[in-house]
Amino acid sequence: MPKKTFTDKQIAKAAHNVRKRILGLCIERGGCYLAQACSSAEIVTSLYMKILNLGPSLGNPDAQPFPGVPGPKNMDYPKGSLYNGYDSKNPDHNIDRLFVSCCHYASVIYCTLVEAGRLSERAIEKFNVDGWNMEMIGAEHSPGFENTAGSLGQTVSIAAGTAHAYKMKGYKGKIYCMLSDGELEEGQDWECFQAAAFYGLDNFIVYVDVNHQQLEGWTKDVMNTEPMIERMKAFGWEAVEVDGHDIKALAAAAKTPHKGKPLMVLCQTNPDQDMPIISKLMPKHFITVTDDATREEYTKFYKSM
Amino acid sequence: MKLELNRHNANILRMAEEHPEILVLSADLGSSCEIKEFSKKYPDRYLSMGIAEQNMCSWAAGLAREGYRPFIHTFSVFLYRRILDQLEMSVAYPNLPVVFCGFVPGITTPGGVTHQSTNDIGVVRTVPNFAIFDIGDATEIDSVLDIAYNYNGPVYIRQLRKAVPRLFPADKPMVFNRARVISKEKDADVTIFSSSICTEEALRATVALKNKGVKVNHLHVSTLKPFTDPQVVNACKNSKYGVLTIENGTVVGGLGTCVAELMAEKGIQKPLIKVGLQDQYAHGASKMYLLEHYHMDAMTLIKGVEKLMGVKLGIKKQDLQEIRFEDFTAV
Repeated sequence: MPKKTFTDKQIAKAAHNVRKRILGLCIERGGCYLAQACSSAEIVTSLYMKILNLGPSLGNPDAQPFPGVPGPKNMDYPKGSLYNGYDSKNPDHNIDRLFVSCCHYASVIYCTLVEAGRLSERAIEKFNVDGWNMEMIGAEHSPGFENTAGSLGQTVSIAAGTAHAYKMKGYKGKIYCMLSDGELEEGQDWECFQAAAFYGLDNFIVYVDVNHQQLEGWTKDVMNTEPMIERMKAFGWEAVEVDGHDIKALAAAAKTPHKGKPLMVLCQTNPDQDMPIISKLMPKHFITVTDDATREEYTKFYKSM
Repeated sequence: MKLELNRHNANILRMAEEHPEILVLSADLGSSCEIKEFSKKYPDRYLSMGIAEQNMCSWAAGLAREGYRPFIHTFSVFLYRRILDQLEMSVAYPNLPVVFCGFVPGITTPGGVTHQSTNDIGVVRTVPNFAIFDIGDATEIDSVLDIAYNYNGPVYIRQLRKAVPRLFPADKPMVFNRARVISKEKDADVTIFSSSICTEEALRATVALKNKGVKVNHLHVSTLKPFTDPQVVNACKNSKYGVLTIENGTVVGGLGTCVAELMAEKGIQKPLIKVGLQDQYAHGASKMYLLEHYHMDAMTLIKGVEKLMGVKLGIKKQDLQEIRFEDFTAV
């Protein structure tokens, strides 16, 4: 089967659809991680539809009942990575892998899978529904997820360990990891950055959604992490900054030469991109729709999208 | 009894030769965890991770996902207390075969409270998917890495290092989830369960107790999780006055608690005395001093037996020292 390709225009449309679908969920369910959809829609759609070299989805296009927690008697449950074309039981080491650390972005991942033709539209009906595999915060059984990332700081290390394994085994696939900027406050990220540079993991690329906001408010007010470019370069990484809503720039950044070094792409984004109804809200970490007036305002905007 | 030197070193080298997918990860305590020779012999399979245990743990999870078998090395205290969330979410939840080789368990370090893993068994026991092995002699060091390698999931080992006595025959390896029966009586007065370095203490006590005519069941326990050995249940049942445990760590959550839970589940209504740290931290000093100072030694065990039986046996400290002295001159 020839690899499906998407034009930038199609990706832009997909990003729009992701935002719209998540606004719909937000209204329907009374709340959602909507600002993260606004900030990361182009990043995630570009990763899935342009940047990553993925295999065709091997996952069931429909939502599935939760397959049970992993354990000695339950290791063969369907993994989220199947939707990225990676089957851990029969792995293709030439394709890329994506580790999503900011797993509260699950709705963005699921909706992007829909746009990329890897998940059915009706699967989204099971988003955050009790007993299904489409949780609000994804884990390794959730479509698109490699691992259980809810405790921040760990996934970048797990992804780096995977990249290290790929490098030692001489596999061609690249290991991508996606973070949100608030996570950069975690100490473990920096332990990992130091080790990834030490082992010269030039098959390791980290995309950061720098949306400048976290639960308590603006990142600069909660705990400053800047200047990131200088910090990463001082840690022995290659680092570039791009407009996180510019699909061309997002894709070009992945091609930045980073011989002998890991690469970080800092994507500058707006947490209310294309969503003026939340521009005045602060903080925006989790947006709730609980009163009739808000519901009406959001619904009106949803219909105009 | 013979003292053996650096058995972990010998065994990790043997395992590496047998299993090419084994990697050794070190958080800068390699020479203190008997992996220095490994680093020389297998430089490409020795991953120096620096003093950064959180990253080492999650990194190992990534390696394990790709078919490697990481054996991560540092002091046991840094493998659970410092990195419990990484141990749970990176390794335990996905049930990955990462082996935590934790050295200087309990009070076997003069490093003081920061270096003493005194509540690790209780903590790690609450983590699903993990197996826990508490090593007591050279024969167990020779066996445990194979058991860990063959276990379907993550493993936490309280490993001993340097000079370790060979208490058990070299040709009778440790068996998964099976206690080692050291002495068994038909109608026992008491049953003693011991683990880690405290088995030496229990051995000293049982010799003296037997000399006084006390009928003692003595079982050495090295698998702390799972804890479903029928021998343990049977020994508790066959124990007229009650049961004692002695362990290298706090009695909250460790061997004593394991036995208590099993006795309650099986409806065995007998008194239980748990010898070990009594819900407290310890300070830095030599192993022998700490065992005595915190009442984790043979004399404490004997007093416990006296209490259960309601007798005075007249065993003196000197009698015990003689026994130990004989043992150690046999090297």
